[in-house]
Formats: sequence, C-alpha cells, structure tokens
Amino acid sequence: MASERAPRTLFEKIWSKHRIMERDDGQVLLYIDNHLVQDGAAPAFEMLRRRGIAPRAPQRTFATPDHYVPTDSRDLNTVADPEKRRMAEALRQDSARAGIPFFGLDDRRQGIVHVVGPEQGLSWPGTTIVCGDSHTSTHGALGALAFGIGATEVSHVLATQALWQRKPRTMRIAVDGALGAGVSAKDVVLSIIGRIGTAGATGHVVEYTGSTIAGLSMEGRLTVCNMSIEAGARAGMIAPDDTTFQYLAGRPFAPAGQAWDDAVTMWRNLPSDADAAYDREVALVAGDIQPMVTWGTSPEDVVPITGRVPDPAGVSEAGRREALTRALAYMGLTPGTSMTDLRIDHVFIGSCTNGRIEDLRIAAGVVKGRRVAAGVEAWVVPGSGLVKEQAESEGLDRIFKDAGLQWRYAGCSMCLGTNGDMVAPGKRCASTTNRNFVGRQGPGSRTHLLSPAMAAAAAVTGRLTDVRKLLDNAA
Amino acid sequence: MKPFEPLDSIAVPILQANLDTDQILPARYLQKPRSDDFGQYLFRDLRLRKDGSEVPGFVLNRPPYRQGKIMVGRSNFGCGSSREHAVWALYDYGFRAVIAPSFGDIFFSNALKNGLLPIVLPVEVVDKLLDQIAAEQGAQVKVDLAAQTVTAPDGTTHRFAIDPFAKHCLVNGIDELDYTLSQMQHIVAFERRHEAENR
Repeated sequence: MASERAPRTLFEKIWSKHRIMERDDGQVLLYIDNHLVQDGAAPAFEMLRRRGIAPRAPQRTFATPDHYVPTDSRDLNTVADPEKRRMAEALRQDSARAGIPFFGLDDRRQGIVHVVGPEQGLSWPGTTIVCGDSHTSTHGALGALAFGIGATEVSHVLATQALWQRKPRTMRIAVDGALGAGVSAKDVVLSIIGRIGTAGATGHVVEYTGSTIAGLSMEGRLTVCNMSIEAGARAGMIAPDDTTFQYLAGRPFAPAGQAWDDAVTMWRNLPSDADAAYDREVALVAGDIQPMVTWGTSPEDVVPITGRVPDPAGVSEAGRREALTRALAYMGLTPGTSMTDLRIDHVFIGSCTNGRIEDLRIAAGVVKGRRVAAGVEAWVVPGSGLVKEQAESEGLDRIFKDAGLQWRYAGCSMCLGTNGDMVAPGKRCASTTNRNFVGRQGPGSRTHLLSPAMAAAAAVTGRLTDVRKLLDNAA
Repeated sequence: MKPFEPLDSIAVPILQANLDTDQILPARYLQKPRSDDFGQYLFRDLRLRKDGSEVPGFVLNRPPYRQGKIMVGRSNFGCGSSREHAVWALYDYGFRAVIAPSFGDIFFSNALKNGLLPIVLPVEVVDKLLDQIAAEQGAQVKVDLAAQTVTAPDGTTHRFAIDPFAKHCLVNGIDELDYTLSQMQHIVAFERRHEAENR
C-alpha cells in the first residue's frame, strides 16, 4: 500500500512520535523514553534538590558510575581524592533516594554508561535517549535518537521527562563497499570526520547508510555513532535491521515474549522511506578507507597511517596555518615526518568508543604471541564488567597479560582522566578513544586516535604502525 | 538566572577555531561543586602555568581584557564535551556574551540556560570585529539583547537572531523549567498515550 504521507527519514519518524507540543518559536517539547545518568550528574541532582523537585520517572532512568571510578580496584575507598570519591558516591545516593536503577562498583554489570545501555538492552530502536554526556550519540547505532545534554537539561529531564529542542537538520552519510583487511569501524568514522571536519555536521542528525554500514557488527556501528559528536552532529543513527534485533534479543531490559514480537514488527517500519530527503548528503567509498591515525589536536586532524605529518608552509589560509603550527608544537611533531616514525609511550585500549568485546578480540588477535615494546606502558580497560568477564572467559585477559599489557577494571579511565588515570605531560599515547584535544588525557598529554587493531600494533612495535603489516606477517 | 543586562564592555578576542570545552574548562575541574567560583578554572591551562603563574601573552593576562564581559571567538566555539562547567567558567569570570560565526550545539544550548548569550554573526563580521578588538586593547562593544544588535568599536551595528522564548527567558531571568512545569498536563497526557501505544 502506498503511503499517503511524504516519505520520512528514520529521524523524522522518531521525532514526530515523541513530539508533545510546540512553542510559538518553533521549539518542540520532546518526550524522553530513556535517561542514562553517570557520575558527573551530581550538579543536576543538586539543581533539583534546591527546587525541592524529585525525579519524576525513575523507571525511565538508569544510572552507573564510570567517570570517577578506579580501574585498578573496585573499592572507592582506594581513591585518594575525596572529590572524586564524592562524585561516584553522590550518584549512588541520588539514585537510591529517587529509586533509580543503579549498577555500582559492587555490581558486575557496572561500566561505561554507553557500553552498559546497549549491553543491557536498555537502548531500543525508535526511542529517544539522552544523557549528560556528549557521547550519548553512541546509542543511535540501535536506531534510536540519542544525544548528549548539559547539566541544566539533565535536571529538566529528571523533573519532566521531556526536553525542548529545535528540530535539527538531517544529513545522510553513505559508505559503500567492502573494507580492506585491518580496516575497522573506527577507521570509517575517522575518515568521515577527516572528510567533513569537526563542525561538518553541526546542527544535523546524521544517518549512516550504505552496504559498509549495514555490514558492520553492532559493536562497529556503536563505534561509528559514538564519534558523530566529533563531527559536530547532534546525533548519529543507523536504521535497525536483523543485526540490531539479533543483538538485542534476550538482553535483560529488552522486551520479551509477545512484547518482543510486537516491538520487532514496529521497529521494522523505522528505516527511512526510500525517497526520504536529507538536507545534506555525503558519500564515501569503503575501498578508499585506510587504517587512520590523528596527528593533531582535533579529531579532524587525521591521515592514513601511510601518511605524513602535514606542513603548515603548504597552507595558504593564515588562521588555519597558525592552528596547524600550534597543534604541531603541542604534539611535538616535525612537518613531513612519516606517521610510522612516531615513537609512543602509552597505549590505551578502551572507552565508550572502543571498549567492547569485539574491540578486545581484535586487539588480542594482534598482540597474541608478541610482547609490548620496551618502554611502552599499555593498558586495556574493558567497557563494562560484563565485557571484562566475557573477555576472561575467552582467555583474552591472558593474551594481554602475557604480552605485557595491563588488564584493568571497567570505566572511562584514560579517555579523559577524570578518575586520575592520566598520560604524563609530553608523553605520546596511541589511544582508541574519541578526542585528541589539548590536555584531554592529562595536561600536556599527546594523543593519537586510532582503532583497537592499530593501538595493539603500536603497543608491540613501540611506534605508530600499519597493522596490515603485522597481519601479513601472521598470514 | 539573573536578568540579562545590556552590555557596553571591553571585548576579548579568542583566535582559535574549534575551541573545545576541554580548553575552556579542563576535565579535572568537573568534580568541583557549583558553589566554587569557576572563573578561577577558566582556560586554566592556556591562562596559567602549572605553578599558577600567568602565561605571558594569553589574552586574559593582558590588563584591559581582564574586565571584558564579551568574548569574540571563531567558528565552532565550544565544540566537544557537553560539560556545562565551560559555560559556568565563562559566566563566573564575568562574561555575559560570546560572539562567534558558529557554536557547538550543546555549548550553545547550555549557554542560553545560564545567562550567557551566544551570538551568531556572519564570519566576515566576526573577522572585522576580531581585527578591531585585537588592534585596540580595550575597545568597547555593545550588545543590546532587546534590539538584538551588536555594535562594533567602529560604530557599525549588526543584527543577530535568537529564539523568542530563549530571549524572553534571558531578558527576564526565567528558567525554562518553570515554564515546562506549567505545561505538565500536556506531558502527562502524552505519556499516557505513548505508553499505551508502545505496550
């Protein structure tokens, strides 16, 4: 039956289904199905307390501490800094007071909220999901509209289960074709950011489409959507399909029985209609995508691992030239240097971008039978307690430990160092995280963003390395 | 939120494009309570050395700029992390408006909710403004929210757009939450329908 209404995108279908009312100025009050909360939320709970308002829908809220938890122990009392302890502790107290489901450090299901949400089946297709963290875009991988908000908005959602939003524009990023060996979802999203820039999708919700995206595992899709914010996007999303449903089926908070069948029937109508229009379109060819690595202090400062550090002398625009010069000085780089000539001090494998089981399997595959290079400190921080357990049941922890990597407990850890896990000033870190901003991994730290396979390759060689060379040797 | 007052102030140029919120407020201060003066953490690692001494040459360490209430930046100002603390740091330091060709979406929204007016002007206008306030330290810029205008040191006036409701909240010092709570019956009715449809 032909639909009488205009073709709609996945985003528009979710948006219109959650529209409560519209203000005269065009802002829409959007209903929020699912509110994820982490241990940075103390100021938002405090705002509510000052007004004497209790969280309205604790059953639509879920909390787990990730930013301030130690990764060398599960005991908050080992955290020396009382302010860090207080942040993690406040979430437990605020959740208990409001009746919000909470996975604490004594719960094996605790972890990075953007790993735990999908893992527990909390993140459903067709729903609206917010969290006071910019990487909330991760959950869009399941076909949800998911975006990060600030503390005042967190308190607004706690109080009302709704949020005022101006309707964003839409952007389709299509990636088609087969990815080469050693090329992963991380390389796809870094290539996208390199192409459109760190403000390339500002004001837009991005839908990732094409055969490459459809062929990604759920873990890979979560990685791509996670970094949407690094291109400035309000949210990133991927249409739900059998990969999505197989991933979700049987998870603790997913619908079950008849409710599951009904939900899948509904979810199958979510993908964008064939003729749906987007405000902007971008296309990439998968075969062109190489293993990528950043050289600078913005995720858009990215080149294939076969590339070189750029030369500011070749840049005509003055502002851009100054920015490049400043980034190279901070990163301690000389123009023209081959990326593979850069020695590294640290390796960090983990985060909401790449802390899932598939990421750890790939990294373990690269380090297996090899040793971490002399002078390199390499960490693996699983995204959740359950990822850690799964990895241990597969023997991945042994592979990492035998190779000389540290095997730690779940948390955000060295992605931003709020828990004290930091890269020392001037040290260079090959990191599977999402941001290479100045000081991101600690004051003076130098971050090179890359995939888990590439991080593992850097760990065993002591320098940025084209992982494809290690794969060739193994074959 | 305090009502937004018309501004006639020294304007401070920040010349980096894509200025991320990690620069405005480093992550290690996210654990500080809101009762702290976040102004002391503003641009901490750009403004101060590790020992707390001033980085010579950083714009806020040059005397006239310290009194600035208006910041003028480049495109994609406030990109990156959703930390509202970046807005609190600018506000507590004394800033009441930021002018840039574009902003990170979350920063823009956070600013409006905290009495910090984010003003989008065309890149050519911002470039000229930056030239003027960099050339003459202490040059004054006027921001009139009621008229939605910015007046540059050279006397040229530029109109900016703002959502009427956000303007209403800023001008009157009203929190959006109060308005939403007055509309609670719509949320409750919607929720009942929504839950029935998705059961």
